[in-house]
Amino acid sequence: MNLYSRRLWVNRIGIALSMLAMVLGLVALMWILWTLFSKGFSALNWDFFTHDTPAPGSAGGGLRNAIVGSLMILGVTTLVSTPVGILAGIYLAEYGSTSKFAAVTRFVTDIMLSAPSIVVGLFVYALVVATTGGFSGWAGSLALCLIAIPVVVRTTENMLRLVPSSLREAAFAIGAPRWQVSLKVTLRAVKAGVVTGILLAIARVTGETAPLLFTALNNQFFSADMSKPIGNLPVVIYQFAMSPYDNWVKLAWGGALLIAMLVLGLNIVARVLFRNKSSV
Amino acid sequence: MQHAAQTDPVDLHAARVGTFKLQDTLFHQVTLAFAFLVLAALAGIMISLTIEAWPALKHFGPAFFWSNVWSVPEGKFGALIAIYGTVVTSIIALLIAVPLSFGIALFLTETCPVWLRRPLGMAIELLAGVPSIIYGIWGLFIFAPLFSQYVQPYLQKAFGDVPVLGSLFAGPPIGIGILTAGIVLALMVIPFVASVMRDVFETVPPVLKESAYGLGCTTWEVVTNIVLPYTRVGVIGGIMLGLGRALGETMAVTFVIGNANRIAGSLFAPGNSIASTLANEFGEADPGLHISSLFALGLVLFVITFVVLALSRWLIHSGTVKQGR
Repeated sequence: MNLYSRRLWVNRIGIALSMLAMVLGLVALMWILWTLFSKGFSALNWDFFTHDTPAPGSAGGGLRNAIVGSLMILGVTTLVSTPVGILAGIYLAEYGSTSKFAAVTRFVTDIMLSAPSIVVGLFVYALVVATTGGFSGWAGSLALCLIAIPVVVRTTENMLRLVPSSLREAAFAIGAPRWQVSLKVTLRAVKAGVVTGILLAIARVTGETAPLLFTALNNQFFSADMSKPIGNLPVVIYQFAMSPYDNWVKLAWGGALLIAMLVLGLNIVARVLFRNKSSV
Repeated sequence: MQHAAQTDPVDLHAARVGTFKLQDTLFHQVTLAFAFLVLAALAGIMISLTIEAWPALKHFGPAFFWSNVWSVPEGKFGALIAIYGTVVTSIIALLIAVPLSFGIALFLTETCPVWLRRPLGMAIELLAGVPSIIYGIWGLFIFAPLFSQYVQPYLQKAFGDVPVLGSLFAGPPIGIGILTAGIVLALMVIPFVASVMRDVFETVPPVLKESAYGLGCTTWEVVTNIVLPYTRVGVIGGIMLGLGRALGETMAVTFVIGNANRIAGSLFAPGNSIASTLANEFGEADPGLHISSLFALGLVLFVITFVVLALSRWLIHSGTVKQGR
């Protein structure tokens, strides 16, 4: 085999392997989604949404308490982390281009984006659960906020940096104060991007299980009291999937399908929203 | 109109500027306070973990980090088992994920038709969005049984008699264990590593690649001789990001690692990682040394991932900044 054909073959094999890697990645995604649908879809019926989690050994049941609990925890998380994240993002983008403090904050935010979520759970346990003497929905929300806020901060900052400075200068030139320029001009210009960041943050925390294990705990019964342990989907899925009862495992698959659809849906909406807006 | 303007134009203006100034200072301070919150959270995590871990660290001394005893009834705790599980599963994950991610990034930047790039890139990013608990139950109920039935026996047959490799694949093929955890972790980190690699590959100036193609290089040669050397730093940063993710991953590992507090030489054997130990034991831990030791494990995990992620961020940053040169 001469040099020329050897190089050709090395290239062909390399390209073929890279395509194989791509196919493997897609197969993994399809396989996981297909498994979720085939195992979880049969669990999604009327009872699934209207009954509470069943006691050990009893038949039937649903995940109503867990769904409501998850929605409440996520709602509080979104309400808190959105303003905090946006304001911190504004600081980094509008005031923080030169300051040392902003550089450190940016660095820490990047670390927190990938920090182990179970450690956040430990922190909130030590800070809230151990001191106030009880697991609660509030503690769960606080843990999720710590994970969601860095996502919002980073996307807000990155979006604000895309705003051309001529827009800011034009607003300054007609005498607008800085806070008005930030909130009414630049932030409004990148609204879609910031919403994308918020959606991605919600998607990120929706499936988080580890931080809720020691904070919100779980509740077998229906409860809408955020100051008590509250049922939530991820922890229920974890406990039920590991259990020996068939109906529990089935409910776990149903819950997993529900969460996966929610998370993937949020991801897709966020991306489509951002693409439409950014091409304008 | 003219009359009204003449009454006190200067004072009105000054008052307005004064209010604006006040509002601006307030706005500055408020946004700064929220930015400070993020810093405070990190400091808070470090401090509270250290405080809670202190009784255990004081009781066991530095030996905590290399003692391989973790026994609740005896009240003896050491971190080695969990550190071993964490490190070995992460290494397996990287060994699998890095070549695959490189292949995906190569395909997406070089050979993929342009109209397919966006949807395929999005599909890989969706893989990153799948919650880890989903990987966990998929790994436990679907992957592990298939793995024990179809893959593990053949690995044992193929390598069982080779001196060193054989011991890695020894033991009953039960499906769950260190190796399975590593494989599931690999699937989870591929999207992160692949998208960083794709992003840094795109920073290579087209003129460099075109010159190489003009000289008659094949795609493979362009990627290995031009793109990879040019993006070396960023690629390593991407790998470190994947490592940081793999080290701290909890739910997926907890489902498939087997949760046994021992170190076995075999990769088929069940083990425990730091995160899975925390997930399993923290809820029912006795107050005192047990819970304090768990906090110490959490501290170890946080410090390790902090270092890895800091390195990764620094490398990715210096890898992508190059394009502006």
